[in-house]
Amino acid sequence: VSAERLLEIGRLVAAPEAGPRPTTTLAARGSRLAPPGEQLRALDSLELRDADGRPASFDRSVAAAGFEPLRPGALEIFQVNLGKLCNMTCRHCHVDAGPDRTDAMMDDETVDAVLAAVERSGAHTVDVTGGAPELHPRFADLVERAVAAGMHVIDRCNLTILLVPRFRHLPEWLGDHGVEVVASLPHCRKMNTDAQRGNGTFAKSIEALKLLNAAGYGQGDPRRVLTLMSNPAGAFLGGCQGTMEREWKVSLERDHGVRFDRLFVLNNMPIARFLEWLIERGQLEEYMRTLLAAFNPSAVGGLMCRNTISVSWDGRIYDCDFNQMLDIETRTTGEERLHVRDFDPARYAGRVIRTARHCFGCTAGAGSSCGGATT
Amino acid sequence: METYYRPEDLAKFPEVGEGNRALADKFFSYYAAVFEDGALTAREKSLIALAVAHAVQCPYCIDAYSSDALAKGADLEQMTEAVHVATAIRGGASLVHGVQMLEHVRRKVMG
Repeated sequence: VSAERLLEIGRLVAAPEAGPRPTTTLAARGSRLAPPGEQLRALDSLELRDADGRPASFDRSVAAAGFEPLRPGALEIFQVNLGKLCNMTCRHCHVDAGPDRTDAMMDDETVDAVLAAVERSGAHTVDVTGGAPELHPRFADLVERAVAAGMHVIDRCNLTILLVPRFRHLPEWLGDHGVEVVASLPHCRKMNTDAQRGNGTFAKSIEALKLLNAAGYGQGDPRRVLTLMSNPAGAFLGGCQGTMEREWKVSLERDHGVRFDRLFVLNNMPIARFLEWLIERGQLEEYMRTLLAAFNPSAVGGLMCRNTISVSWDGRIYDCDFNQMLDIETRTTGEERLHVRDFDPARYAGRVIRTARHCFGCTAGAGSSCGGATT
Repeated sequence: METYYRPEDLAKFPEVGEGNRALADKFFSYYAAVFEDGALTAREKSLIALAVAHAVQCPYCIDAYSSDALAKGADLEQMTEAVHVATAIRGGASLVHGVQMLEHVRRKVMG
């Protein structure tokens, strides 16, 4: 992963035709909200009360649901964030990804440390995310070696990357390796999709989905699973996953001849660019109240922090991808700044999960995770 | 400013049970059952509710079902079409009475 190679890929994805870009990154703008600490402060400074009139605290809410403290279950998913480089700049992005983010890409040593940690982790799934993880020079190598180690591999794909000429081979290649594609599509129609991800995204996403269908994805083949992932296109909760899946299957097939296997619905997290959007629209407090009012005790057991390890581009370990973006690192006894090269499954299993107010996003409604609803 | 409609009153809707808890409980349990997925999906029911809200011009319902329809997976195009359905029926309800007028005029006027 040489610096020149990253710059070359950065130039490739910054080309206008590489992807819709409705905004720019907080990092590029030097936004006040770019540092995670500022984002946490924005959430903590809100005057939010729980049902008993006390200041809203996620730890207290999950304690009332019988999780005191919040501890993990069995580790199932090894999620690795290869970096923040992306050909798109979606308005709701909690990663603050974009074409300028060559500053935050995993180096070779860390990729090797991830692969070694995967083997001793006991997890059954390697969940590869970004940015657009396909942009990472070691993406193919990481996938091949994880597959060879017997892992189920997930590629979290923004769809439009599949139309960039250099990546046109990916639908076939991913299928050949049995990789599940979890593709972002906020809505089954153009209006809300383009509102969130930029004009032209829906048309490109449909084109990419057709390429995936042509490669055998989305037709019930367990080696070519096509999962769609829907984030709401604004300050409202995700809908009922089962109902929406049935409606989307009819709608996408009828209107576009596109098929997929399943739909995941998740809530937007008040982090990074979605947090900025909420603040700019004066919607932050109301959105947080919506999350609090929709707190669902039965969504706690299935929280993804309970079955996942999340590794960042620089090899740090987090309880989930959202904590990663807020720089809330995993804490095991007596040690902070845990690095993936030192990953010890037993110590990780014994930890207490770290939480803050953004966590109410995962317990609202039907529950929300990288695997969709949790109830 | 004094006004009959206050947005914060929507959240107090359950308090209407104060004068008769049993009837309120019956109403709210019936209401919840109505909006469950059935032969119609929850999204379709939400769009009907949004259209009816405009027909009965209930500002509480318009707020509630604008949010609800989005959360159930509808978009602005679908929601606008629903409001046009309400508008067409309201307008049509006036216009179809024009037949009564027409018959009246036919009886009264030579021709």
